[in-house]
Formats: sequence, structure tokens, C-alpha cells
Amino acid sequence: MIMKILVPVKRVVDYNVKIKVKGDNSGVDLENTKMSMNPFDEIAVEEAVRLKEKKICDEIIAISIGSAKSEETLRTALAVGADKGILIETEEEVQPLEVAKILKEIIKKNNPDLVLMGKQAIDDDSNQTGQMLAALLCWPQGTFTSKLEINGKKINVTREIDGGLETLGMELPAIVTTDLRLNEPRYASLPNIMKAKQKPVEKMTPTDVNIEIKQRLKTLEVTEPSKKEAGIKVDSVQQLIYKLHEKEKVI
Amino acid sequence: MSVLVLIEHDNQNVKGSSLNTITAAKKIDKSVHAIVLGENCSKVTDQISKCEGIEEVFIVDNNIYKNHIAENIAPVIVELASKYSHILAPSSTFGKNIMPRIAALLDVAQISDIISVESSDTFIRPIYAGNANLKLQSTDSKKIITVRTTNFAATKTDGGNAKITKIDKKKDVGLSKFVKNELNKSDRPELTAASIIISGGRGMESGKNFNLLEEIADKLKAAVGASRAAVDAGFVPNDYQVGQTGKVVAPELYIAVGISGAIQHLAGMKDSKIIVAINKDEDAPIFQVADYGIVGDLFKILPELSRELDKIKS
Repeated sequence: MIMKILVPVKRVVDYNVKIKVKGDNSGVDLENTKMSMNPFDEIAVEEAVRLKEKKICDEIIAISIGSAKSEETLRTALAVGADKGILIETEEEVQPLEVAKILKEIIKKNNPDLVLMGKQAIDDDSNQTGQMLAALLCWPQGTFTSKLEINGKKINVTREIDGGLETLGMELPAIVTTDLRLNEPRYASLPNIMKAKQKPVEKMTPTDVNIEIKQRLKTLEVTEPSKKEAGIKVDSVQQLIYKLHEKEKVI
Repeated sequence: MSVLVLIEHDNQNVKGSSLNTITAAKKIDKSVHAIVLGENCSKVTDQISKCEGIEEVFIVDNNIYKNHIAENIAPVIVELASKYSHILAPSSTFGKNIMPRIAALLDVAQISDIISVESSDTFIRPIYAGNANLKLQSTDSKKIITVRTTNFAATKTDGGNAKITKIDKKKDVGLSKFVKNELNKSDRPELTAASIIISGGRGMESGKNFNLLEEIADKLKAAVGASRAAVDAGFVPNDYQVGQTGKVVAPELYIAVGISGAIQHLAGMKDSKIIVAINKDEDAPIFQVADYGIVGDLFKILPELSRELDKIKS
């Protein structure tokens, strides 16, 4: 069986950027901040491209939901090896349930066999969309995946769970969400970045797929977490032991 | 309306994460119910029924639920949901896997990883790897919530006498099948339950050198953790990982050895009560969150620490 794979990708603040909370506590200041593809989504794209290289997959569709700038994130996926992109353009914040509903509509039109997606985005850290999408489609879900084995329509998903690993068996179509150890994503080569500019990106809005964006969770305030005061440096192990044993009484 | 807690357990014992989640539930409403799905899990149900402040415990005991398959558990919770205003689970891989599935089936948002209950519809949760806190209000009629367990004390496991109600359900929706698990067996406490943790980073230089940490861990009855850098370098398995993408911990004492203190690691341990850092680089960011720091060569400091511990223990 040759698969078609859908990979949702999100444009987020770059992994290495230390974010700043806005002075009026209305949110996080994203002006002039370096943005990148969500790292877990990079792993999903990489896994899809590897399946294509193994001839298990013959088409990879990348999809992004967000502002017009999310096209850059799609181009990154195309440069790594996705074949076409779909941009669902909106300036509004789209929360996980509505993301899942939009993805469901796109899946109904495109019929992928597998959806590979990041387990969470590193901006809102929700870790919900894959599971929600699986529920809406009545599909099986393999979450936090560190190993994916495909044998025709049957797949085995090894999951990173607290305390170790768990393997589940399921049949396609399925949702698989990626964890860090699934693979190490490649960098796009310059020629491929140039080629990606020619690949097709279809543009739509949430209204085109009949999904109304709702702010189910209203932001009241965004604050900086309370800072811990820096402690002291001790000169010797004896001094450290004394502090921990006599003063703090933690050992 | 009451609050329902989905209990995490291993069919033998309730997991500590469930006790923290019950505390969060009690902050929302005084009427708290719990549900245990598993196989031969009546011991777990008994433990939960004795927890302080639980009114009723439901037990669904069938082989189908033994391995906590999300596709099978979610429909059972959805059927019960009409009686509850809030449904909570710990934000462990157990809760993270199942709860969004329940939320989507109920057509409501999920509120992930709450660290504070402000009112029945307002909660605080960390975003951006804990670099900001979001206070949010849910406009949905029903709230599906996962709880960051380190921010809520464990509820008392005695003093309660909840009614136990059996629910007869055994529908296998047939989407996912359990194949196997490989759980790391150790005599040391689990990372998320330990009161002392000693973690190593890239500065440990090899997996073999983690022996130095294990020796100290055994003397302190501590768990051993690692930074993502140490995991990526292949020193230790991923389930050692403390950090935003690993486990979030808040022990009484956290000893960071050869860990520089990347944002992603700090997000997983900065709520620890006392933090000790051992690092040769005096400018390492870990010292900014440490209560006590020693600048120096960890390969000299660790054996000395081990010897000094013998002195106070004798």
C-alpha cells in the first residue's frame, strides 16, 4: 500500500528565543521575534519524508493554520520534502479544538492514510490537537511516538510514557503524534529551498471549510512567573552538606 | 454539579498523580467523585474510597480497560459527563493521552496543565515552557482539565468512606490494541514521586559516569534524572529526562550536576524547593536558579559528596 500523508505544521516562536511578556499583561510580545516551525512538527515532516524515501508514501501534504506568514513555515516543509502545501489563513487565534475541526474538513477532502503531527506546539504547550482530531474522525491515536513501524495497513506505534515505553497496534487511517526521539530532522539544502518556492500552496480561510473560530478559552492575563532569587555559592562540599543537613534539613 | 476525577493507576495501586489531582478537584467544588477503569482493580478503588473528601467512586473492571487505551476509555467518560461540571485527570502521559479525546467528543476545549484554580471557570496554566503564566477563563459549559501535579499537594489517603458503584461496561471500540510495554524497573523512587532528585547533564561525559550519581542517589533515597542534552547524547534513556519536553518535577531537593540550565530544563525543575548546582562554568545559567552552587570539577566533587554523606548518615 502506498500512503498519502498529511502533516500539520505550526509557526511558533523559535525554540531558542527567550520570550517577553507584554507590559500590559495582555500576552507575549512577538514583535521582531524569530519564528520557526514548531520543533515537534519538524520531526513529523522528517518522518513523512523518510517514509516517502522508502517508497511507503507517495504524497506529503503540509498544512498550516495562521497568518499569511505561516506560508514561510509551509515552504520550510516543502523544502524538506513535502509535495504541496495548504494554508488556512486567519489573523485570529485558533485554539486546538477548532484546529482539529479544520483539519478534519481538510482530511475529508484529501483522504490521507496517515496524519503525522507534533505532540504539542511549544507556544501554548496544549498537547491536544492530535488526540482531538482522532476523536472527531473516530480514528486510532498513537501519541508521543518514538518509533513507527508500518506493515501495509497495520502500524505499530511505540510511545514514550511515564516510566518507559508502550507499543500499540492499530490500522490506518490513524493519527500519530511525534515525540523527540522519533528521528533527527534534517536541514533543507539550498537547492531544495529554491525548488520549494515553485511547489503549489493552496490558500483558504476557515470560512471556506465552514468552521467558525471560537475563543472558548479567554485570555484574562499573561504574567511572568515569579523569579527565584539567586542563592549563594559555597566553597566546599562540607559547607554544602552543612547547609542541606543543618539549615535546610532536606538530607 | 460535581467534579469527576479520572484516576491513574497500574491496576494494583493508585498513582500519586491522582492524589494531587483530587486536591485540585476539591478546590473547584466540594462534591468530588472519582472513576477507576482497569482490570482487577478493586484494590485501587478501595484506596480511592478512603481518600479524604471523595463522595463516590465508580469502578469499571474489564480486560478492555487494563492498558488504559484512550479510544476505549473516552466513550465511558463521555457517557457519564452529563452529571459533571468538570472532569479532571493528571497531566501525566496517561491524562494527556485520554483527556483531549474526551473534550473533542464533548465539543469543549481542554484546559491543559493547570497550576492554579482561581474559580470554577478561571485557571492559571504555564505557556512557553513555563516562561509565562496564562490566566484564562473557560466559556464552555463543561471543563475538561489536566492538572500539573507538582502544584497541588497530595490529598490524604485516609479518613474517607466513599460509596463504591460498579459500572458494567465492556465495549472495545477496536481502534487500538496493546502490544507490549517496557517499563524501566528500578529500586529507586520514580522521578515524579521522589522527594530528592539528582540529575546529570552533558557534563557527565558518558552514561557510565551516571554511576557516580546513582551511588549518591542510593544514599539519599533519591531518583536519578537527566537533562535533554544528556538524553540526546545517549547517556541515559529518555524517561530520565527532566524538562519541558520530559518530566516536570518539584522535589524538596534537586541536585543538578553538569547541567548548564537551558530554558527547557529549568522549566521542568525550577519549582523544586531547594536547588543545588554543581558545574565547572561559574556563568552557567543553572546558578541563577540555584539556592546553593559549587563551581568545580564534578568528577572530584561527586566522590567527595558521597564520602561526606556517609559521615552524616553514620
